[in-house]
Amino acid sequence: MSTPRIGVFVCHCGLNIERTVDTARVADALREMSGVAYVSNYDYMCSDPGQQLVSEAIRDHRLTGVVIAACSPAMHEPTFRRAAEDAGMNPYLVEMANIREHCSWVHLDREQATAKAIRIVRTMVEKVKGNHPLDPVKIDHVDKCLVIGAGITGIQAALDVAEAGYQVLLVEKEPSIGGHMAQLSETFPTLDCSQCILTPKMVEASRHPNIELLTYSEVLDVSGYVGNYNVTIRKNPTYVDAEKCNLCGDCEKVCPESVPSEFERGLTERKAIFIPFQQAVPSSYTLDEGSCLGLHPLRCSECAKVCEVGAIDFDMQPEILEEEVAAIIVATGFDLYPVLNLGEYGAGDIPDVVDGLQFERMLSASGPTGGHVRRPSDGKVPERVVFVQCAGSRDPENHNSYCSKICCMYTAKHALLYRHAVPDAEAVVFYIDVRAGGKGYEEFIQNATEHEQIRYLRGKVAKIYQDGDKVMLWGVDTLSGQKVEIEADLVVLAMSMDPHPSTEALTKILKISCGGEGFLKEAHPKLRPVESLTAGIYVAGAGQGPKDIPESVAQGSGAAAKAIALLSQDKLSHSPETAFIDETICGGCGVCVGMCPYTALSLTASGVAECNEVLCEGCGTCVSSCPTGAAQMKNQTDFQLREMIEVALADG
Amino acid sequence: MDNKHEAHEPRIVAFLCRWCSYAGADLAGVSRLTYPPNVVPMRVNCSGRVDADMVLSALEKGADGVLIGGCHPGDCHYVSGNYKTRRRIALLKQALSEVGLDPRRVHLEWISASEGIKFQETMTSYTELIRELGPSPVRATKEAVHG
Repeated sequence: MSTPRIGVFVCHCGLNIERTVDTARVADALREMSGVAYVSNYDYMCSDPGQQLVSEAIRDHRLTGVVIAACSPAMHEPTFRRAAEDAGMNPYLVEMANIREHCSWVHLDREQATAKAIRIVRTMVEKVKGNHPLDPVKIDHVDKCLVIGAGITGIQAALDVAEAGYQVLLVEKEPSIGGHMAQLSETFPTLDCSQCILTPKMVEASRHPNIELLTYSEVLDVSGYVGNYNVTIRKNPTYVDAEKCNLCGDCEKVCPESVPSEFERGLTERKAIFIPFQQAVPSSYTLDEGSCLGLHPLRCSECAKVCEVGAIDFDMQPEILEEEVAAIIVATGFDLYPVLNLGEYGAGDIPDVVDGLQFERMLSASGPTGGHVRRPSDGKVPERVVFVQCAGSRDPENHNSYCSKICCMYTAKHALLYRHAVPDAEAVVFYIDVRAGGKGYEEFIQNATEHEQIRYLRGKVAKIYQDGDKVMLWGVDTLSGQKVEIEADLVVLAMSMDPHPSTEALTKILKISCGGEGFLKEAHPKLRPVESLTAGIYVAGAGQGPKDIPESVAQGSGAAAKAIALLSQDKLSHSPETAFIDETICGGCGVCVGMCPYTALSLTASGVAECNEVLCEGCGTCVSSCPTGAAQMKNQTDFQLREMIEVALADG
Repeated sequence: MDNKHEAHEPRIVAFLCRWCSYAGADLAGVSRLTYPPNVVPMRVNCSGRVDADMVLSALEKGADGVLIGGCHPGDCHYVSGNYKTRRRIALLKQALSEVGLDPRRVHLEWISASEGIKFQETMTSYTELIRELGPSPVRATKEAVHG
């Protein structure tokens, strides 16, 4: 093997590295290392001149490998691998030594940080010495995309992918698509009717020839890899044949069982056989087996008796579907923070304390009160409504620490719509800050406060309790420093937004991560906001963090664009850093075959193991279980790791 | 603290899963969470890539402590690599005790990509622990044998 000629490029990253790591000393130390042929340090290695410097050195000094001592490989590994490729070097001969995130940013002592940086760079030089040029593995893929969640984000994503000419499987847990947006009355800041802008999209999604809609369905399992994910979906039985159901509603009239309506957030009841709302898609009734008296015809079957078209089928069974998809868009959305956790605000026991979505239903023309604001307790028109912002938000000691972002805007909208509906009424808003960043948002707030006579009180409400037929609120006006006690006919809590409760279980199925607050975690908070760390799995909408409609739609389209970019490739590239078997020492014991989670390993006719690099994901489990050392990882062999450990621990 | 340990700077290597703990270390960096500089991190694709040979090799080459950072149970990017490591490390620790080496010199921790603070805390507490345990007897023995 020819002598290695490694180039080491130490980046200052402005002062980000240079402040705590003496890069000149790092460069000097590396010059002494065997196999290092060229060393340079520079202000910003990732800049055009910096990359130029790398490319020129590769050519001028006939380098056989490159170590960029700079930031995390998550940041700039692709940048430098591309630069090397342009200079004629195989990209897999380039490695990053992370002396920023893992060193200069986390240590204060310059002496110690410099010593550690030298160790880190040396380990990577050792690694590159053992690296081989590799070519990406080309794999075929299917032409279908799975979208999980059919709120506005998922619908948008599905439509975009479908419009680009690819097949979409749109899966929704509820009986209808539409999500929370279907519950809203009017939307800020334009006050256009939510359903009027949503329902055409719902219909379009249901009729699009490239979209297959699976409602009342859940994703049970996902295996495989980018381009070829195998998905198992359960379609729960609705006990109503959607093709036959003509929405006459006779079944609903005779059904003897009532439960609180989820869509109306408990403001009214629905029957065991129900349609969530009139514009539901698919437009069919659903029999909720949880609230039905019994599916056996002998038990009740009133609905089946009156159904003239014979749409009700008590024998309907759950269907288990197996699908293959290339990409997955996760748009699971949000739920409101549980009111039970808000003991100081009555924990849901005070009838005239409602949450924002309940108030939306009261304001909605299709809601249980026909758009008239009435108190749930006695049906009276409230003369004073108090709106409480940040209910469960921005309270790290007791509740969610984060800002739910949309509540300032929808509270102003609520107050304004209430004032329009009940012109002589009084609207009072408790707020901590008013956050109105967005196009037309500040103007909307200005209008609400200046022209709509909405009273804004700065301060947090400490306690809410029932007092006779009124609701009392205690708080402090932090601008005047005065204690405030205010009597209300109705209180609306702007509840914090939580990730949908199904998010956590789904992330485990998909092997993607959640952040600390339980929201879907993106690959990079700024530069890769709709990608997960797993190739081919994208995240979008309020499941990724609190968002309003325009942002959710933008993310839905963003995730769709990412999926389309993947689907439109002829073949996908798979990392060539896979396992391989040294046949000369493989004893054919087959331990690796059983250990591989991807069935990439098998025993050949000649009794040795072999690795299918298309299936291999590169975890290295086979390597650590191989008793002879025949199973190895390309560019991360046991030999390389031992050499790296040696220099990491060496004196000086 | 024992006087003879005061001058001793622990040498620790950490094998970090690229999907969780390595990203957790990145997050600690982005968040500027400071911790002692004794740990040299090494990226592996999965904690399941770490075998007993590798840990022993580190101890043999003079590590006072070896850390392995993996994904929380149920979260392994490669389905089950972390479970395999958990079993492997449990056995290894037992073997280390039997040959008279403090099993705490090998430590497995679950640190997710969003746990920058946990990464900082782990690096800090583990460095302190190894400082208290003092230099590894392996190196001293090796030097005595080989001169």
